[in-house]
Amino acid sequence: TSEQIEHLHRRFKQLSRDQLTIRKENFDSIPDLEFNPIRGKIVHAFFDKRNLRQESDGLADEINFEDFLTIMSYFRPIEMNMDEEQLDRFRKEKLKFLFHMYDSDHDGKITLQEYRNVVEELLSGNPHLEKDSARSIADGAMLEAASICVGQMGPDQVYEGITFEDFLKMWQGIDIETKMHVRFLNMETIAHCY
Amino acid sequence: SVSNIVPESCLLIVVGLLVGGLIKGVGEKPPILKSDIFFLFLLPPIILDAGYFLPLRQFTENLGTILIFAVVGTLWNAFFLGGLMYAVCQLGGPGLNHIGLLANLLFGSIISAVDPVAVLAVFEEIHINELLHILVFGESLLNDAVTVVLYRLFEEFANFEQVTIIDIILGFLSFFVVSLGGVFVGVIYGLIAAFTSRFTSHIRVIEPLFVFVYSYMAYLSAELFHLSGIMALIASGVVMRPYVEANISHKSHTTIKYFLKMWSSVSETLIFIFLGVSTVAGHHYWNWTFVISTLLFCLIARVLGVLVLTWFINKFRIVKLTPKDQFIIAYGGLRGAIAFSLGYLLDYKHFSMRDMFLTAIITVIFFTVFVQGMTIRPLVDLLAVKKKQETKRSINEEIHTQFLDHLLTGIEDICGHYGHHHWKDKLNRFNKKYVKKCLIAGERSKEPQLIAFYHKMEMKQAIELVESGGIGKIPSAVSTVSIQNINPKTLPVERILPALSKDKEEEIRKILRNNLQKTRQRLRSYNRHTLVADPYEEAWNQMLLRRQKARQLEQKMNNYLTVPAHKLDSPTMSRARIGSDPLAYEPKADSENLPIITIDPASPQSPESVDLMNEEPKGCGGLPPSPEEDEEGLVMRVKEPSSPGTDDVFTPGTGDSPSNQRMLRCLSDPGPRPEPEEGEPFIPKGQ
Repeated sequence: TSEQIEHLHRRFKQLSRDQLTIRKENFDSIPDLEFNPIRGKIVHAFFDKRNLRQESDGLADEINFEDFLTIMSYFRPIEMNMDEEQLDRFRKEKLKFLFHMYDSDHDGKITLQEYRNVVEELLSGNPHLEKDSARSIADGAMLEAASICVGQMGPDQVYEGITFEDFLKMWQGIDIETKMHVRFLNMETIAHCY
Repeated sequence: SVSNIVPESCLLIVVGLLVGGLIKGVGEKPPILKSDIFFLFLLPPIILDAGYFLPLRQFTENLGTILIFAVVGTLWNAFFLGGLMYAVCQLGGPGLNHIGLLANLLFGSIISAVDPVAVLAVFEEIHINELLHILVFGESLLNDAVTVVLYRLFEEFANFEQVTIIDIILGFLSFFVVSLGGVFVGVIYGLIAAFTSRFTSHIRVIEPLFVFVYSYMAYLSAELFHLSGIMALIASGVVMRPYVEANISHKSHTTIKYFLKMWSSVSETLIFIFLGVSTVAGHHYWNWTFVISTLLFCLIARVLGVLVLTWFINKFRIVKLTPKDQFIIAYGGLRGAIAFSLGYLLDYKHFSMRDMFLTAIITVIFFTVFVQGMTIRPLVDLLAVKKKQETKRSINEEIHTQFLDHLLTGIEDICGHYGHHHWKDKLNRFNKKYVKKCLIAGERSKEPQLIAFYHKMEMKQAIELVESGGIGKIPSAVSTVSIQNINPKTLPVERILPALSKDKEEEIRKILRNNLQKTRQRLRSYNRHTLVADPYEEAWNQMLLRRQKARQLEQKMNNYLTVPAHKLDSPTMSRARIGSDPLAYEPKADSENLPIITIDPASPQSPESVDLMNEEPKGCGGLPPSPEEDEEGLVMRVKEPSSPGTDDVFTPGTGDSPSNQRMLRCLSDPGPRPEPEEGEPFIPKGQ
């Protein structure tokens, strides 16, 4: 809606300090984001060209307001009057966004190393953690993913990584469309001074 | 079958009716469900069970909706019903004219509350999706505060000559006092319980007691001050649970779970039976007009209330409630024993029409429980309402959910919008920083949720494996994916290194589990042996059996897949074989019946050796490490159909009899076994 766009625009201006584009450094000015263990990935996602619906790969250096809105649109809540196909498309889009966040080297697959990376980041809020635990959790999760997606595998086959289709399968149990959204109920609760 | 059609609660009421009829027929006076017994003894276990196992995530996500339904919905029901009944009474002729407005309002408030016991009893069986379940159930729990306030208010007002505005305002305020006070009391007791559990590491046996006692005290304290006992109970359960579970041993956790389920089951059964008996026993005053109109207006009020409220709520919800959902919510508004007990509490002196009220209440209860309870299941199927998804929580889901949480929090921060996730995250951080340190003992306070979840899952899988004896129901999907499939660079030898971390072992266990599906383990026979703790006798029996089998063995030798380990393999080789070739465990295609596992029981690394053996908690303690036993590969066979009733025999081929003997003796000897470190997985370290 237009109010939401207005609101986002104001926010954008705040972040970019009244310039036309935002760079990565601008995100550092948000204090609350520091506590977030996956902030690196989040900021990265904003600049990821795949999310910005551009043809190329890699990272953009700066984004303008349109791109900002594009990213935000991934978090739209669903509307009542959507039909099955739209819902499905919506769902896929959101999952694709997530997928890009996991898949940091842009090769279309989440390999074991990338997954380990994700788990480590998730647990990075706790300084006194063994690397081993993070790794074994990731391994276990990967094992499970492989067994869900592929089922029977001989000992010689190697499971390359989680492709997007497998990713979809894993998320089947969770209604992503109902979960991945941000509310814009209270406009007044914007923090004005940073 | 009958139980598919008729919900359990209905059957229980029928049983109660029969029992009551029987007692009356004999001439005795049947016992009536006294309100004391109900409120003090029968109700708390059910509520505690509900509160302790409340799915907190869904509950908080829908808290706004639930509150609106509980508070506004119940108020609406009460006033609408009371008002209409008053009108009916005025018009209803001489029998009803004397019932005043207040009495009717009181009646309305008693009958309007959705009853958690009935809802639980019926909804448990129909397995609808979690959202609806938590909505109706949450409403039934939270409307207790409203019911308590209204009940007491109207009861007192009925004695006043006049009701002033001040009284009404005070009544309104008292609602907040009652509900928030109840929650406050519950939270206090919950924190005390959590704090107590921090120090119980040496007296594990009484840990469950704290949970029960503190919760009950919360309930009693709240009731003492006329606050809402149910809300106190729920608050205490919810607050204490995360901390207590982190502190107590696994066995205590199981104990708590089973005791709560047991008590709540017993309570529920008794409540319904008593309802039936009370119906037969009570004095009834049947007034057609009153009863029928009560029933009718109850239904109408409920439907109208749900419709209007949903329309209002949907403006604020992201996930809207569809008409189907609304129908289920309205239809699930069951009344139950709480209404009956509240009615029973009414004083004869002030309310001469108490019997009529009671009759009407019982009729409504019967109607909702029987008619609505029975028909809701076919209706759910007919309307194709989404059912509960029976997926187990997997580690993947947990990772993704956490990831998503952080992501959404981050996005909210970027937008500068202090939303739902932001506050939740702040609360979590506060929790982690301050509260957990106080309330959770030692190491666990620093454990992140993901790790805790992972450990819990591993433990659960290990226990499932033990309980199922290793056959068939392996929790994870049947697949031959092993660690090599996903990470071929991992050197297999790495797994056998002495300095195995606990997590690596859990990996290995998982792999073994996957590969051992088809073998039957000898665990079952342990149960009998451990009860009869005479090692020599058992060993003797074993010997005899073995001699018998030895002859059969000759023939079957050829079918064994692996060479009898003790002769040809040195310990290191057999270990290496385990390590490098997981397929050794897979039955080869050409063998017909006897897959064999060769497992090296003792390893020089640690005294606690036999892993699969030890999975059975009553199994043998550590075998003393001895060089001779290294030679014995333990060969386990699938039980031959030709020898039913005999135990599996250890057949190490033509093994040495003394060490064989010792092993058998040791394995059948329950032996003093050191208690596994509480909180650790059952399976001891080492391989």
